Amino acid sequence: MKSRSSKLNYDRYGYFFIAPFFIVFLVFGLYSMVYTFNLSFTDLKGWNRDYNYVGFKNFVDLFHNPLFMKSFYNTFIIWIMNFVPQITLAIILAAMFTNPRLKLRGQGIFKVLFYLPNIITAASVSVLFYVLFNHPTGPINQLLVNFGILEEPYNFFRDKLASRSIVAFIQFWMWYGSNMLILIAAMLGISPSLYESAMVDGASNTKIFFKITLPLIKPILLYNLITSLIGGTQMFDIPFLLLGGAPDYSTETIAMFIYKQAFTGANNYYIASAASVVLFLVVILLSAIIFKFFHMEPERKRKGVK
Amino acid sequence: MNNNLTARSLFIYLLCLVLCAASLMPFWIMIVNATRSTEQIQQSFSLIPSHYLLTNWDVLVGKGFNVITGFLNSAFIAFSSALLTIYFSAMTAYGFVTYRFKGNRFLFAVVLGIIMIPGQLGMIGFYQFMLRLNLTDSFIPLIVPAISTATAVFFFKQYLDATLQPEIIQAARMDGASELAIFHRINLPLMKPALATIAIFSVVGSWNNYLMPLILINSQEKYTLPMMVQLLKTDIYRTELGSMYLGIMLTVLPLLIVYFSLSKYIISGVALGGVKE
Repeated sequence: MKSRSSKLNYDRYGYFFIAPFFIVFLVFGLYSMVYTFNLSFTDLKGWNRDYNYVGFKNFVDLFHNPLFMKSFYNTFIIWIMNFVPQITLAIILAAMFTNPRLKLRGQGIFKVLFYLPNIITAASVSVLFYVLFNHPTGPINQLLVNFGILEEPYNFFRDKLASRSIVAFIQFWMWYGSNMLILIAAMLGISPSLYESAMVDGASNTKIFFKITLPLIKPILLYNLITSLIGGTQMFDIPFLLLGGAPDYSTETIAMFIYKQAFTGANNYYIASAASVVLFLVVILLSAIIFKFFHMEPERKRKGVK
Repeated sequence: MNNNLTARSLFIYLLCLVLCAASLMPFWIMIVNATRSTEQIQQSFSLIPSHYLLTNWDVLVGKGFNVITGFLNSAFIAFSSALLTIYFSAMTAYGFVTYRFKGNRFLFAVVLGIIMIPGQLGMIGFYQFMLRLNLTDSFIPLIVPAISTATAVFFFKQYLDATLQPEIIQAARMDGASELAIFHRINLPLMKPALATIAIFSVVGSWNNYLMPLILINSQEKYTLPMMVQLLKTDIYRTELGSMYLGIMLTVLPLLIVYFSLSKYIISGVALGGVKE
């Protein structure tokens, strides 16, 4: 009896240990989100500190705002353009790296180099690609002309498709390595005996891949899909510093729309906060659809730290 | 069958080599062009360094690109927030693992929920809140929120679930150690490998953060390194390609050095985070 009550006393200390985390979350995280939500129903702009409530007006206006709709479209187009090749390459590489029949050498160095772009400041990367693709004397143009692929330098940043492709390529280049590492870990987690018995039965690599590997890594693929989608809706640094939305707003993303509304020009905080709320709802909705589509419980596993 | 396998391996090695080149080439071109004059860069493509590094440096610094200040600001913010992240996240995870208080499971589910919410969604409210507290143009809003890093709490809890033995804590209590002392003297040393992993990712994450400093910081002497990069795109450097490449290189170089010296831990950290059940 005595030991039981003393144990209960100790357990109360738990609150002190978790308190700093939750206090800081309530003050900075939750309050900021609730405040954003609040501001989305107001007319706060410019240097004003005071605001009036305007009901759902901001949301109605947003759906009639062609630039907002376009930034939504751009964000998802660019995300799909980068995610599809990214996950495809990551799956292929992970399958090759973990295939016991191939016994690929040099995996250590390959992993290090494939992940490298992910660790470099996105801001620096985008300014670097800006000079690499420069017109007319950037290295890419010089190479393409030297090899006779182009007759004369091409101004990529005047071309909507080329501009979107370059943004998508940078995202792809920065993230396929990260996805590959996670998928390799997932594939190594599959019991080797499953592979062995399949190999004894004479199953081909392709068959093993589609019948064993792919179904077993489905939860991790789902995890990659969701994190990439959530990350994709926040896309800012690369398109912002590469082109600032040009040409003709074809690389303007939702995050850029929000930033520009709030922190440039007339400081339309009311529009920016309403757009944030819409984005928040879309992220929740999409995550729910994906979970539903895969008929699965929300995954309880996350990446260490972004 | 064997030929088939060799052909396939050859194809894979080729693919891997192309990808390695894709990872390295942009940075190599950057380094080479940082040592070339603007005329050389405009005239031809080259993979061989030239000897204009110092000239480019003089031009860069002469135009007010204060890379040292940016470096120090970024380092201060990154290391302070990493310290707060590892200390308080370890504390939170320890609280969840060691004590069976009421609401333990529910509150941990809240932590998992927080992970799912992208922080940028509260950006406007955060800015307005800081404005009203007179905390804009200050490092505080860039550092203090690091106390509440849900991903780190999750990672540490996974680690402690596997390594922490309740008997050791009981024994320490018998010896009369306070709860906080047990956390400091027994638990933290035990968590060293996990703390190191999170510290690396936390430093890199905060070092690379661009949007938050961009909206909060106004005065140029408080600019972080990623914010300084944007200065390179302004008209001042349009005609000075060599120093533009050098400026980018200076912001990238610290990360390249850190990455190649710690790549082993970083690579295993990425893999760990993804699969832990």
